[in-house]
Amino acid sequence: MCTMIATQIKVAGSGKAGNGWFTLGEANVSYDHPFEAPFEHALSLDFVNEALGPSARVSVELDVASARQLVDTINAILAKADSGGYIVE
Amino acid sequence: MQYATNQYEGMIAETIVIPGHNGDPIGAYVARPLGPGPFPAIVVIHHMPGWDEWYREVTRKFAHHGYIAISPNLYHRAGHGIPEDIAVQVRAAGGVPDDQVVGDVAGALAYAVAQPTCTGKVAVFGTCSGARHAYLAACRAPGFAAIINCWGGRVTMEPQELSPNQPVAPIDYTKDLACPVLGIFGEEDFGPTPPQVALLEQALIAHGKTYEFHMYPDAGHGFFYYDRPAYRQAQAMAGWKQIWAFLAQYVG
Repeated sequence: MCTMIATQIKVAGSGKAGNGWFTLGEANVSYDHPFEAPFEHALSLDFVNEALGPSARVSVELDVASARQLVDTINAILAKADSGGYIVE
Repeated sequence: MQYATNQYEGMIAETIVIPGHNGDPIGAYVARPLGPGPFPAIVVIHHMPGWDEWYREVTRKFAHHGYIAISPNLYHRAGHGIPEDIAVQVRAAGGVPDDQVVGDVAGALAYAVAQPTCTGKVAVFGTCSGARHAYLAACRAPGFAAIINCWGGRVTMEPQELSPNQPVAPIDYTKDLACPVLGIFGEEDFGPTPPQVALLEQALIAHGKTYEFHMYPDAGHGFFYYDRPAYRQAQAMAGWKQIWAFLAQYVG
């Protein structure tokens, strides 16, 4: 755990892994060594369901520019949906 | 050691269960040379990505060089699956508690010295977070004859980095260290950075400890990992030479 920069949030939704769709329980967000991406550090998103066991996991590892662009894009999309009256919370 | 082409060589490598911290059963991967010995031993502490294939290979590499090598699964309590799935779970939980790690490594040390073919001299090796854990164990679990710290991150820690699972910076235990230290580092590493390595060196000097550090140019974090872009062939081979020489000097 060379940075230990990680946090977990509860999420609701579904994720698709090798065995098909499963109900999400948590998202782990970290900035640490990736397992696969060719960077020393990566912004990792692991969508998991701990109640289903460790293999219930959908993972992405992004470089910093991609991660920032993703955050901006998600916020922009949500703002557009909100302004269109599509979001009811 | 180098085997001659007409010399017998064999090893057994297998997973076993050993008592870890508080006597909890934990998995361990053991590779030991065949033959009467006696053999020195080494505890091989896995890195953040988990109890994975690279650590299996390194454990066997130590056995090939004449050491009883044991690699405890520090993530055993997090459940079982492929190593990176378990590592993700452990990372989200804030890492494994330092006290638990020390207990698990002490269990591996006890297993090693209890082997009838063991000389009783045991080193501890780790990379990345495994080197941080190796340093903690060398300071807090009596009995190690040498420690090999390969680019251990967060041995020095800022106050804001301390957490319930890691409440004390390993460098603060340096006064209790009772064995020589080999340090292998890369100049381009972001953790530990060269200034952080210098802080550790200053602590070792201040407490009168025996150590040797090797800082390699054009190398960053994890430059032994042949499966990662960080791999640096020349620096990795030079580092391994230092490891074999250090072990021969202090462990046998």
